[in-house]
Amino acid sequence: MARPVVTRLFIWGALVLLLALPPLVQGLGADFAVGVATRILIFALVGTSLNLILGYGGMVSFGHAAFFGAGAYVVAILAQHDTYGEPLLTWPIAVEGTQSAFIAWPAAMAVSAILALVIGVVALRTSGLYFIMITLAFAQMLYFFFISLRAYGGEDGLSLFARSAAGPLDLADDVHFYYLVLGLVLLALWLKRRLVAARFGRVLRGIRDNERRMQALGFPTFRYKLAAFAMAGAAAGLAGALIANQTEFVSPSFLDWQRSGEILVIVILGGMGRVYGPVAGAAAFLLLEEVLSAWTDHWMLVLGPILVLVVLFAKGGIWSLIDRGGQADG
Amino acid sequence: MADALLEVEGLTKAFGAVVACDAVALALREGEVHAVIGPNGAGKTTLLGQLAGEIQPDAGRIRFAGEDVTGLPAHARAGRGLARSFQITSLFPRFSALDNVALAVQAQAGHSFRFWRPAARETALIAPAREALARVGLAERAAVPAAALAHGEQRQLEIAMALASRPRLLLLDEPTAGMGREDSGRMIALLAALKAEGRMTILLIEHDMDAVFALADRITVLVYGQVIATGAPEEIRANAEVRRAYLGKETAA
Repeated sequence: MARPVVTRLFIWGALVLLLALPPLVQGLGADFAVGVATRILIFALVGTSLNLILGYGGMVSFGHAAFFGAGAYVVAILAQHDTYGEPLLTWPIAVEGTQSAFIAWPAAMAVSAILALVIGVVALRTSGLYFIMITLAFAQMLYFFFISLRAYGGEDGLSLFARSAAGPLDLADDVHFYYLVLGLVLLALWLKRRLVAARFGRVLRGIRDNERRMQALGFPTFRYKLAAFAMAGAAAGLAGALIANQTEFVSPSFLDWQRSGEILVIVILGGMGRVYGPVAGAAAFLLLEEVLSAWTDHWMLVLGPILVLVVLFAKGGIWSLIDRGGQADG
Repeated sequence: MADALLEVEGLTKAFGAVVACDAVALALREGEVHAVIGPNGAGKTTLLGQLAGEIQPDAGRIRFAGEDVTGLPAHARAGRGLARSFQITSLFPRFSALDNVALAVQAQAGHSFRFWRPAARETALIAPAREALARVGLAERAAVPAAALAHGEQRQLEIAMALASRPRLLLLDEPTAGMGREDSGRMIALLAALKAEGRMTILLIEHDMDAVFALADRITVLVYGQVIATGAPEEIRANAEVRRAYLGKETAA
């Protein structure tokens, strides 16, 4: 469906700005902004993954941070074993630690996807409030699981000695890292645009709007929801791998329910069921945090009313204000 | 009955103390329009829910096209050619009329683990959907979101979706519910046209006696969950028990 010209100009403008951001802010002597932008993009990615199941599939997961945090831990744990030269597993198969992004990041995605499959098999048998509660419960279980892992820092978390090794890219360089994250986010957005317009996306939206009817039409809805849930888990795991690299530190707080809440806020603020919504949501949320937290510790006091206003007056989120003539599912 | 497309035996379903379906037996011949009538609360919709697979019976057996489908979930029965429409319009309100029907086509077009090609440009989905819309007279309204259609049009869309899945057996739950005279006349004409094509078997649950007597080859009367009579329309009309239990009351009202 054709977007209005204004919206397309906005999207291309934002893309150009994102591509030109590092030299731009370095020219202004504001190098720290590259880090802020990277963080925004990582949260845009995890928001994009939640948006797939929340915005298109109608599954209100209140435990999305579990997949995000698990992905971060996979990278950190593999890196620690590599640093100390201790194998992660010796039986039944030998698994060595690694610093390689090409191994650790896909591993983070796989672990998060498998977690999502296991949690989804149970949680997706419920719906509505029960689904919210059960996803929250699973996320809290994982949260306490990581707290109990003494070997990996327990409550204090785990530091990385270096960022992952990514071939020709030097991830220790914030600008290299930024462009890699930007590339991955753009890839994710593009894949999601294809996916939601394809048959699979139609099934998801159909389930969101009227699951009973979908079953009567002949769709085995459970397996489609589960597949979407696992895909969202994998993407959140990748975002987790990225955040572990950015902060060079992971802790159980990456998985706690407040983090799950923040991811939900990013999606709702930006616009559920809109491909670019979570990007707008992440930018708005993290920039507000950046600005307001410099001003007061109680910045949530300001964010709260803003969220109320958006929910009341811009039901489609920030993106619906930008893309006024756009499609609800675009 | 040897040539029965759908055979129901001893179907029983109770909700607490209320027996909504009490040892119901029913046999549908291939190609017939079979109406189930009965006063409010007779268990008609519960019966249909069990046939469609949404409600599990407490006892009894349902055979469809020679296969026992009693334990199968709704989506698996739909896959075998059993389609239903809903008494309370059940559509995808944000989807256009065309996309509602295209979704019904997609349901019968293999699995939907397809992530790449835009479904809106798949002729294999769109062409049969347009055809089904045209058959119910909604071709002009293809692009309108289902939520924006008039009530009568939404009911037509329901039928189009059921048709699009090319069912062997169509379960219609009060297709004229909530319609004015004119709309329900149009619906009856549409169903009569489908019947004349003779390609599918229809089980019709209906309150509107004009519709029932205009369409049905045979009629089953359900009262308090029990079948009190089955027969051709004229037999049912003449049946004293039926008149007492149902038709008489309706006339008196």
